[in-house]
Amino acid sequence: MKILYTDVLVVGGGLAGLRVGIGAKRRGHDVIILSLVPPKRSHSAAAQGGMQASLANVIKGQGDTEDVHFEDTVRGSDWGADQQVVRMFVNTAPKAVRELAAWGVPWSRVRKGDRDVIINGQKVTITERDEAHGLVAQRDFGGTKKWRTCYVSDGTGHAMLQTMSDQAIGSAIPVRERVEAIALIHDGARCYGAVVRDLITGELVAYVAKATAIASGGAGRLYRVTTNAVICEGIGSALALETGAAALGNMEAVQFHPTAIFPAGILVTEGCRGDGGLLKDADGHRFMPDYEPEKKELASRDVVSRRMEEHILKGKGAKNRFGEHLWLDITLLGEKHIKHNLREVFEICHYFLGVDPVKDFIPVRPAQHYTMGGVRTNHTGESPTLKGLFAAGEAACWDMHGFNRLGGNSVAETVVAGMIVGEYIADFCDKSENDVDIPTRVVHDFLRREQLKLDTLIDGRGTEDASAIKAQMQDLMTARVGIFRRGEDLQAAVDGLQQLLVRSRNIGLKCKARGANPELVTAYRVQKMLKVALTIAYGALTRTESRGAHFRQDYPRRNDAEWLKRTLATWKSEGDALPSLAYEALDVSRMELPPGWRGYGAKDYVDHPDTPKRAAEVEALRQKMADASRFAVQEALMPYASLLPKRYRGRNERIDEPLAAETLETAS
Amino acid sequence: MNDATVTAKAVPVAMPTRNGANGPHRKLAISVLRYNPQERASVPRMQTYRLEEADGMTLFIALNEIREKQDASLQFDFVCRAGICGSCAMVINGRPTLACRTLTKNLPAEITLAPLPFFELIGDLSVNTGKWMRGMSERLEGWLHMKDADPDLRRIEEKMDPELADKIYELDRCIECGCCVAACGTARMRKDFVGAVGLNRVARFRLDPRDARTDADYYDVIGDDDGVFGCMSLLACHDVCPKELPLATQIAFMRRKMVTMGFK
Repeated sequence: MKILYTDVLVVGGGLAGLRVGIGAKRRGHDVIILSLVPPKRSHSAAAQGGMQASLANVIKGQGDTEDVHFEDTVRGSDWGADQQVVRMFVNTAPKAVRELAAWGVPWSRVRKGDRDVIINGQKVTITERDEAHGLVAQRDFGGTKKWRTCYVSDGTGHAMLQTMSDQAIGSAIPVRERVEAIALIHDGARCYGAVVRDLITGELVAYVAKATAIASGGAGRLYRVTTNAVICEGIGSALALETGAAALGNMEAVQFHPTAIFPAGILVTEGCRGDGGLLKDADGHRFMPDYEPEKKELASRDVVSRRMEEHILKGKGAKNRFGEHLWLDITLLGEKHIKHNLREVFEICHYFLGVDPVKDFIPVRPAQHYTMGGVRTNHTGESPTLKGLFAAGEAACWDMHGFNRLGGNSVAETVVAGMIVGEYIADFCDKSENDVDIPTRVVHDFLRREQLKLDTLIDGRGTEDASAIKAQMQDLMTARVGIFRRGEDLQAAVDGLQQLLVRSRNIGLKCKARGANPELVTAYRVQKMLKVALTIAYGALTRTESRGAHFRQDYPRRNDAEWLKRTLATWKSEGDALPSLAYEALDVSRMELPPGWRGYGAKDYVDHPDTPKRAAEVEALRQKMADASRFAVQEALMPYASLLPKRYRGRNERIDEPLAAETLETAS
Repeated sequence: MNDATVTAKAVPVAMPTRNGANGPHRKLAISVLRYNPQERASVPRMQTYRLEEADGMTLFIALNEIREKQDASLQFDFVCRAGICGSCAMVINGRPTLACRTLTKNLPAEITLAPLPFFELIGDLSVNTGKWMRGMSERLEGWLHMKDADPDLRRIEEKMDPELADKIYELDRCIECGCCVAACGTARMRKDFVGAVGLNRVARFRLDPRDARTDADYYDVIGDDDGVFGCMSLLACHDVCPKELPLATQIAFMRRKMVTMGFK
């Protein structure tokens, strides 16, 4: 059995994994990236709409700063986010866009002068500044006060991933394609790498590493109706869970995107609504202003998705042979805009629906879209309970999205987290005390254990069908752990998933091949997926409040007094039938933005006992420092700069916020 | 019944039926070129699967149904299933294209599927495009060569003409699906031909003012018969490109530039 050694092992070749790898490699460490598929095919490529960064180049973004991006993100999270991590993120996002601009991403650019845009259903002429001409442009997105979402036409993720992958090739980072990590090697306190299966030959190889980074994306395929690619099965999270030491945070926080085409579930970008598209019902009525007069179609995704389902429940859904849906109307944007700025949308409608969105409405309904939860890490990206295990991107919970992510914050997070965690991994590997000292005997034990599991599946006498179990899991998750949740449904889901977990231990295969064998892959993955599904369903059952995307019909209020805390799920022992849940409280007394109303959605919530005091403190400090710079005020409210790697500290220049020469010299 | 006792019921979520809706449907016969080079006993053969068509059925849906219900060993590649990632290119009734966005209703009831030629076969409909693309990219140095390797990220980004940014993106839309190479006459004869995908990559960087390279540098990597002079202008690449990239124009343009370079 083969053992390979490297400094950094990255599980996942999407934006986050590649950027982690590039960062660590640049610091002189050997990096190997594992990827199920050629990295340019990763799900990052499917992010159409854009990447939030407060560059404030366009006129509708004027006045945007890290402060506004911070508040939008925290409100979006329904106060579930770690506010210091959000601060780290919003300060690094402009640097990430600018780095990618230098690396080759063909960001759409500002054109000076007048242009017509659609705002709130009306054609409006806006005038871009001369000095902004040629800078990176921003568009409007849900849940944001300013136009902040940088984009490349509607292929933002694709263009970012091309560039990132190209730079990884240019940095001579090996990417092992068509391989899959199936277990982490660890001793309960320290992670030492992973057991990796070659998906073509079936061979198992142990990759031993000082640092192991999970960057495997989300878990959308736990659901039947999802926008996610077929490889997004949450396996990276499952690997961490199966160590028994690392925890998954906030797994019940699952986002449903308002506009997946019906019934295929393929995403059409939020950019459709950001650019002026409207949601309409069976009568052609624009219904969102009735529910959300402030933000209308551009409230946060959790709110829009709930309003859509609420409207369908009122009998206002359009019907086709697959069921009920609503309409997305982008006809008012005009042919040129649709075929140029929303070309992927045009193609998807054309190929999958036979619909021409220039003339026709698009049938849409919310579908699972994003996993806010993931491997719980601290601000450096490292698991607090399993040394040497890192995570970044959608697979991680460090935790900047809380209970709802804003559109445009996911690709932004992948790159920002890649930058930050890549530096911290390099720091980790720099220290000699973190050298690997695991006996090869232990590595061989892991290899043998995993081989035995595979042999049992192939040669055993199991009778259960893997793909049938997977389909039943997906049905349960979509029907009972969806947008509207109730205790009885969630309990039924937990019960059903537990039965499936038991049955999954008795899977038998029709195809006995030891090399490429899709049925075998489904079999060992579904055993892992069921555990992750249980962290979601059980976490949702236990959380008796509504927050962000987690909405309990039987507990419709956000309850800060009891639930302003992060769920931590661990799987203590292989034979367990349920995850163990623990909670870590968020500290209101240190929040820069104390909990309040989000500015959209329900206005009704239960305050945390510390909130009034902290709110008064913050208000007093703001008044006292009324003449101070926004940077000084922020620093006084919640210092965070020391949490950033030195390389990425410092202010961000804007047209309206030039950087003084001394700032450039003294910062970092 | 062997189902979990708890099953789905009417909670308000999008739940299309798995088999589409009612009504009479065609019987499809999907013939697949099967061969698994990993298994010594395997020999190339055609195998036909029969299934009932469903509303809105794509080859993604059809092939997965075959694998789940009829033949667990069938190999194919899908990732995004939305025409974005380029994983699922295969030869469908004689033409290389993306399977995920091919609706069965646009095909005759008898459908023949084969793996893309030229690329290393993994098994059945699965080919190793990724390995080839990485090799091509390494040969052509297919990444932006920065003029300043360590720009100050705190400063405002360099400006770029908005039209130029759009033009670069137009060429950057390539998804490396491999259709252009699979359809290429030159690639049949020259195993090291970089293909339209490679020439388009070079054209993309040549267009980008952020790239430090000159035509002399590009000539070094594509100024021969495995590069731009190998193209016989058959232009099947242009016809089959699922992203409708302007490949014919780009290759002709690059050839003119490289000829000029060759005479310098």
